[in-house]
Amino acid sequence: MVDRIADPWGPRTPYGPGERWPVRVDSFLADGHTEADVQRWVPSASILHSNGDAMDIAVIDDRIVGVRGRAGDRINHGRVDPKDLYGWQANHSPDRLRRPLVREGDRLVETDWDTAMGRIVARSKELLDGPGGWGHFGFYTSGQLFLEEYYTLSVIGKAGIGTPHMDGNTRLCTATAATALKASFGTDGQPGSYTDVDHCDAIALWGHNVAETQTVLWMRMLDRRRGPNPPAMLAVDPRATPVAREADVHLALRNGTNLALLNGLLRELIQHGWYDEKYVTAHTLGFDELCRVVEDYPVAKVAEICDLPARDIERAAELLGHSDRLLSTVLQGFYQSNQATAASCQVNNVHLIRGMIGRPGAGIYQMNGQPTAQNNRECGADGDLPGLRNWANEEHVAELARLWNVKVDTIPHWSPPTHAMQIFRYAEQGSVKLLWISATNPAVSLPDLARVRRILARPELFVVVQDLFLTETAELADVVLPAATWGEKTGTFTSVDRTVHISDKAVEPPGEARPDLDIFLDYARRMDFRDADGAPLIKWTGPESAFAAWQECSRGRPCDYTGITYERLRAGGIQWPCDDEHPDGTERLYSDSMFNTDPDYCESYGHDLATGAELLPEEYRAKQPGGRAFLHAVPYQPSPEVPSEEYPLLLTTGRTVYQFHTRTKTGRATQLVHAAPESWVELSPTDAERLGVGEGDLVRVESPRGAVRGRARICGVRPGVVFVPFHYGYWDAADGVAPGQGRHDRAANELTITAWDPVSKQPIFKVAAVRVVKEADSAGRPSPAPTVGGSAPPEGSGIPATVGGPAAESSSREA
Amino acid sequence: MQLAHYLGLLHRAQQRLGDAFGQVGAAHREEPDVFHTCEKLAAQCRGHAEKLDPFARRYAEQAPTEPDRLHSELFSGTRTGPLGLLRDLQDLYLMAAECDICWTVVGQAAYGARDEELLSVVRSGEQETAIQLKWLRTRMKQAAPQALVVAE
Repeated sequence: MVDRIADPWGPRTPYGPGERWPVRVDSFLADGHTEADVQRWVPSASILHSNGDAMDIAVIDDRIVGVRGRAGDRINHGRVDPKDLYGWQANHSPDRLRRPLVREGDRLVETDWDTAMGRIVARSKELLDGPGGWGHFGFYTSGQLFLEEYYTLSVIGKAGIGTPHMDGNTRLCTATAATALKASFGTDGQPGSYTDVDHCDAIALWGHNVAETQTVLWMRMLDRRRGPNPPAMLAVDPRATPVAREADVHLALRNGTNLALLNGLLRELIQHGWYDEKYVTAHTLGFDELCRVVEDYPVAKVAEICDLPARDIERAAELLGHSDRLLSTVLQGFYQSNQATAASCQVNNVHLIRGMIGRPGAGIYQMNGQPTAQNNRECGADGDLPGLRNWANEEHVAELARLWNVKVDTIPHWSPPTHAMQIFRYAEQGSVKLLWISATNPAVSLPDLARVRRILARPELFVVVQDLFLTETAELADVVLPAATWGEKTGTFTSVDRTVHISDKAVEPPGEARPDLDIFLDYARRMDFRDADGAPLIKWTGPESAFAAWQECSRGRPCDYTGITYERLRAGGIQWPCDDEHPDGTERLYSDSMFNTDPDYCESYGHDLATGAELLPEEYRAKQPGGRAFLHAVPYQPSPEVPSEEYPLLLTTGRTVYQFHTRTKTGRATQLVHAAPESWVELSPTDAERLGVGEGDLVRVESPRGAVRGRARICGVRPGVVFVPFHYGYWDAADGVAPGQGRHDRAANELTITAWDPVSKQPIFKVAAVRVVKEADSAGRPSPAPTVGGSAPPEGSGIPATVGGPAAESSSREA
Repeated sequence: MQLAHYLGLLHRAQQRLGDAFGQVGAAHREEPDVFHTCEKLAAQCRGHAEKLDPFARRYAEQAPTEPDRLHSELFSGTRTGPLGLLRDLQDLYLMAAECDICWTVVGQAAYGARDEELLSVVRSGEQETAIQLKWLRTRMKQAAPQALVVAE
C-alpha cells in the first residue's frame, strides 16, 4: 500500500530511451472495499488537472466507491494523480446543490427548474428585444465542461443570440498556449505527444511545476530520469519546486523577465551555431528579424535583467544546444506572466531553429491548466471560432453559417471576440446585463477580487451560476442551477497531446441536479432559437448527437474528429486528427514540417506581439507562408507593475499538488483537505530574516489592491519573491461567514493586478508588487503549508511531514 | 533647404502624440489594456522625438524661418465613458496618422539629402507608428459595437 499524500508520485518504474513506459496500476477504493466487490467499472478520465489520465470509476449499488487507472491507456499506463484518487469523494458531499435557487431580496431560496429557467428566459427575452440586445449577454465558462457542452453553448451564443461576449476561465489558464501555437504554426493544436518523454534526451520546463500540476506526466519524466541514459533537465521557475530540485540547471529568474531570458538563450544558440540552418531556410519565416532582436540580449545583460548568474544562463544554452531530441513544456510561469505570448513563442522558436519538432522526442507541450481547456478552444466557447477557424476569414465564417443554417451576420464576426476581463468590464459599466457563469468561480479566481465582487453584486446585473456547490460566486447570483458532474453525465474531452477520452455516466446526479448539456439544451428550447428555415437551431438532444454535430463542424479542420466514435473511445483514448486519412489518429503534428500557415487554412492572420494590434489579411498573404512556421521576436519590456519603495517584493501565485483551482471539489475530499488545509505565504530565508519573520508566524501581504493573511513558510522561493497559493477562498474560511460579510483576507487574488497579455489577454497573476508585515508569532506552530512540493521546508527543519495516514492508503501495482 | 521644417513638424507631432497617449491612458485607467499600452506607446513616441533631435538641430542651421501654419492642433483633452474612450482613441489615431505621413515625407527628403543615418531613424520610426495605428484600429473596432449600439 502507498500513502499517496505522503508520496504523490508513488513508486518509480525506471525505463530507458525508446522503451515503453512500464505499466503501474494505481487505485483507491473507499470504505474497505476491494476490487472483488465492484459491480461496474465505468470508463472515464481525470477532470482535476489537464493531463487526461484515463481511469475507470468503480461502482457498487449505484454509488461511486473509487477509481482505478487504465493500464492500457496511452497517457497514464495505469497511473492516477492523488487528486483523482481521493477527489471523487466530493461528488457525495452533503452540501451538493440539489435544487435550483433563485434570489428573493438578499436571500437565495430553493425552487423548481421551471421557475429558475423561467426567470432566466424572461430576462433573456427582455434583453434580446431591441437593437444591440445581443450585447447585453455575457457567458463565462470553464475548462471543466465536456466537449458536447461547449459546442452546444458556442452555437447558442454565436448563432442563437449572436454575441461575441463568450469566454472561459481558460482565458486564465490556457489562452496563451492557443495564441502562441496559432502565432508560430498557423493554428492551435499541440505538436507533440506524451510519448516524447520516452524518446527525448533533454527536457526543458518553462514556468511549469509539472510535479504538482500534472503528476502523472512528472512520473513519466522521473522514470526516465531514474533509468539508463536519462534526459538532461532544465527548469525555469522562481521557486524551488520539485522540478527545480530535480533539474540539472535551475534558473530561478526574477518574475516577469521570461522574454529577456529567452531572447538571451536564442542569441546564445544562434551565436554558437546550435541551430539547423537547412531547417530554418526550408521551414521558417523571420529568422533575420529574430537574429536582429535577440542580438541585443548578450548574457551579461540578461543576467542583469533576470537577476541570474551569467554562467547558469550559458549552461542552460549548452543544455539546449547539445540536445538532439529536446522536449519543452510551458505553463503558467510563462502564460500568467509578463509578455506571455512573446515568451511562449520564443520557446517555439528554440524548437523551430533547431528543427526539433514533429519527430519522436522532439516535442513541444504548450500545456493547459485544466482538463477540458483544449475542447473549449476547439469548440469556441472561449472566444475562438469553432473548429479552429479564423474569425477574420470570411469563408470560414460562411462555412459555419451554412453548417448552422443561419445568416452570416448573425455570427458576431465583425470584431474580435470579447475576452473575459473585458466581459467583466462591460458588466461593470452596465452594458452587459446578463452574465451566465458555468463551472467556474471568478469570485476567487479572477484578479483584484474586491472589484470582481463589486461587479457580481451589482443589482442591475443578472447573474446565473451553474455549479455543483454554492461557491463564492454562486452566493452572489440571481439564479443558481445545480449541475451534475464527472461520473454523473456522459461526454468527451481532450488532453494536451490531443488524446480524446470518453467519460461515461456511472451514477445518477444528486437531487434534481442536471448535466450541463441538458441545461443548455433546455435554455435553447425555451428561447426557441431557430435556423433560417424556421427549424430549431439546436438539432441534437443528448451527448452522442451533440458529438455527431461537432464532428461535422470539425470536418476538414486540424482537429478533425470524424473518425472517432463513442464506441471506439470506450476502448481507449484516440488522438485527433482522426479521419479517413488517419483512421487511428495522429501521434504528432508537423512530422512532414508542413505547418498550418496557409492563408486559407490558418486560424489567425497574426498580431503584433508587443501591442496585440491585429495584422491584416493582405499583409499575411503577402508573406506567402507556404507551409512555413513563423519565428516571432520582440524586445523585453518590464511588467506593468514592478516593485517600488512602498511595495518592494514581487508576488507570484500558484498551486499545490493537493488542490485544484478554488477547491470546489478537492476542498471536500478529506485526504486532500488534511494535506493542505489552509493558505500560507512563502518567503525566502533572506527576506524572512530582514522582516523578522520565522516559520509559522502570521504575516500580512499587502498590494495596492488588498491584503491577505497567512502563516509564513520559510523555504526555497527566490529572494525578493513571495508566493501565495490561489486555491483558498471563503466558503470554508475559519470565520465561517458568507462572502461579502467576512474579512476578505484569504484569497491570493485580493492582491493581484488587473492587467493582461496584449495578445492572449491572459491575466498577469505572476507579477505584482507587494509588501509583507509580521502580525503575530507562530507560538511554535509551523505553517500549514505542505512539506511536499514547492512549499517543502529546508532539510532538517524538524517540521512534521505531510502524510495521509491509513485513510490515504492506496494501491500501486506494477504489471 | 526646408527639410528642417518637416523634421520640426514630425518632432513636435511625436512629442504631442506622446503626451496625448499619456493623457488618454491616464484618463482611462479603468481600461487596463488601454492604460498600459498607451503608457508604452507614449514612451515610444518620446523616443522617436529624441532620435529626431540631432537631425532637427543639424538641418536647422540651413533652414530659413519657420513658415506659418506649420503645426496642427489635433488634441484638446480627454473624455470619459465608453463613447469618450472611442473618441479619445480616434484623436490618437488622427495624430498617429499625421506622424505616419510625416515619416513618409521626411523619409523621401532623407533620400534626397543622401542622409542614410536619418533614413534609418525613419525606417524604424515609421514601422512603430504603423503598429500604433493598427493597435488603435484594433482597439476601436473592439469597442465600437458595444459603445455605439449596446451601451445606453
